Amino acid sequence: MARSAEAKKLTLEEGFYAAFLAVLALLCLVIAGKAVDQVMAFHAAVGVVFAALGVFLVFRGYSARSGNPPREIDGRPNYNYGPIKFAVIAALFWGVAGFLVGDYIAWELAFPALNLDFPLTNFGRLRPLHTSAVIFAFGGNVLLATSFYVVQRTSQARMPGIVTPWFVILGYNAFIVIAGTGYLLGVTQSKEYAEPEWYADLWLTVVWVVYLLVYLATLWRRKDSHIYVANWFYLAFIITIAMLHLGNNVTVPVSMFGSKSYIAWAGVQDAMTQWWYGHNAVGFFLTSGFLAIMYYFIPKRVNRPVYSYRLSIVHFWALTFVYIWAGPHHLHYTALPQWASTLGMVFSIVLWMPSWGGMINGLMTLSGAWDKLRTDPVVRMLVVSVAFYGMSTFEGPMMSIRAVNQLSHYTDWTIGHVHSGALGWVGFISFGAIYCLVPWLWGRKAVYSLKLVSWHFWVATIGIVLYITAMWVSGILQGLMWRAYTSLGFLEYSFIETVAAMHPFYVIRAIGGILFLLGALIMVYNVYMTIRHGEAEEPSTAAARPVAAE
Amino acid sequence: MYEDLASFAQTWGLVYFVILFAAVLVYALWPSNGKRFRDAARIPLRED
Repeated sequence: MARSAEAKKLTLEEGFYAAFLAVLALLCLVIAGKAVDQVMAFHAAVGVVFAALGVFLVFRGYSARSGNPPREIDGRPNYNYGPIKFAVIAALFWGVAGFLVGDYIAWELAFPALNLDFPLTNFGRLRPLHTSAVIFAFGGNVLLATSFYVVQRTSQARMPGIVTPWFVILGYNAFIVIAGTGYLLGVTQSKEYAEPEWYADLWLTVVWVVYLLVYLATLWRRKDSHIYVANWFYLAFIITIAMLHLGNNVTVPVSMFGSKSYIAWAGVQDAMTQWWYGHNAVGFFLTSGFLAIMYYFIPKRVNRPVYSYRLSIVHFWALTFVYIWAGPHHLHYTALPQWASTLGMVFSIVLWMPSWGGMINGLMTLSGAWDKLRTDPVVRMLVVSVAFYGMSTFEGPMMSIRAVNQLSHYTDWTIGHVHSGALGWVGFISFGAIYCLVPWLWGRKAVYSLKLVSWHFWVATIGIVLYITAMWVSGILQGLMWRAYTSLGFLEYSFIETVAAMHPFYVIRAIGGILFLLGALIMVYNVYMTIRHGEAEEPSTAAARPVAAE
Repeated sequence: MYEDLASFAQTWGLVYFVILFAAVLVYALWPSNGKRFRDAARIPLRED
């Protein structure tokens, strides 16, 4: 398709999506009619609306376009930015929503009356809403947006398809809506980070396979023979997430018309599969994908090549082949065989090497340009993000050591650790990437206000510091209280005493969360003003395109 | 069966990782790949 701006025809691709979505709408209608539970009826109805909307969008897109979009205009690639823009806006929306829900449940933990006694606002339902909203909705949209941008720019090629990139972005966000509303209505597989039920999982599988195909097809069109390292990390992320998703969701629905399903295996096998999935969601979703962002956006923003390309190759292969074995450290002192739990621990410790190698590579990219830390708050955000990456990837392996885990497991220390990675590393690298991307995508000279970026940076950093220090104290306090014995060999503290002792730290954590949310709201305003009122980039030659904003 | 699988994983796994890591190091540090890597590192900085 799209070889030149020839006469407009409904492409095979458009026809296929229209037919596929029409059949899907019909199928959802049947399921809605025969549904055996209310959530299934609701989700099938949502499916009908979304699929019908999809058919409408295909035809609206067809009637709106004047021809087939050309691959190149005047010898320069005609990059496809539309779906990327949507994903950036979606990331902002889900980010704010996810941070808000997270902070609300933080207050619920400090003041339990805030659960309002409704099932809908219960901690147990809001917590997966928070984790999925920040990881899969916010993080996922950031990864979709940046990966589509990076693969096109580094390949110097337009990604293929008219509908397909839109199908990936909109289909992914439809999955988020189905998953999120499901949690609120009490539908869950009860597997951490894999809560969505079988039908949502099936839909995600379809979307993800199409995502992989678009990615590979764009790489196929690349001009250089070498594939830039950021693309390797994105590919590892896409392929491994597909593998994990399929492996951890081998479920059998009770009925084709019901929302409930059961996993094919049980007991310790299920636990091991779950944490193989769970830890690699951290490794490949929250690490590989965001390392790809690091390898593209930091060199781009400071306008120098990555410190050592050789190191980036060793980093990639070592990280990819080691991470996948670290999962059993979630199951110390369980029915899992000791050797398997030791294996998970050893691989976690080995991970220190690639993690810190990668961190050094990211940080040293600034050598000779360290002054940018002072002048460019976006660089500051990216660099502090990599520093948080180093910190949390030091802490994680340490906590995986059985003797340390004995104290830290099931305590707030784990929550603090996860958030130093999630808020510090994933959050900040995403914010930095968004501040870079928005002016590039909307053709603006620079972001609306660097001063506001600076405010975002400091407000959010103070928020993170409050969060993680509160959780260190609370977690270690909790762990020590649980294992304290009296001279007669009885437990010294009742459970509720440990809960009462943690109250002040829960309040501090929730205040930290407010600051982080406030920072995100500053960013939303800044992005809005950049798009609406930002100074347009001069239509100069691309060579003069400003890279860093000084 | 279980014992066999476990002991296979615990011994040959090590060999597999050592060989894999050595191969990656050789590829990454092979002198004649240097120019290719230097060029590759500049891919994001190129404008079009």
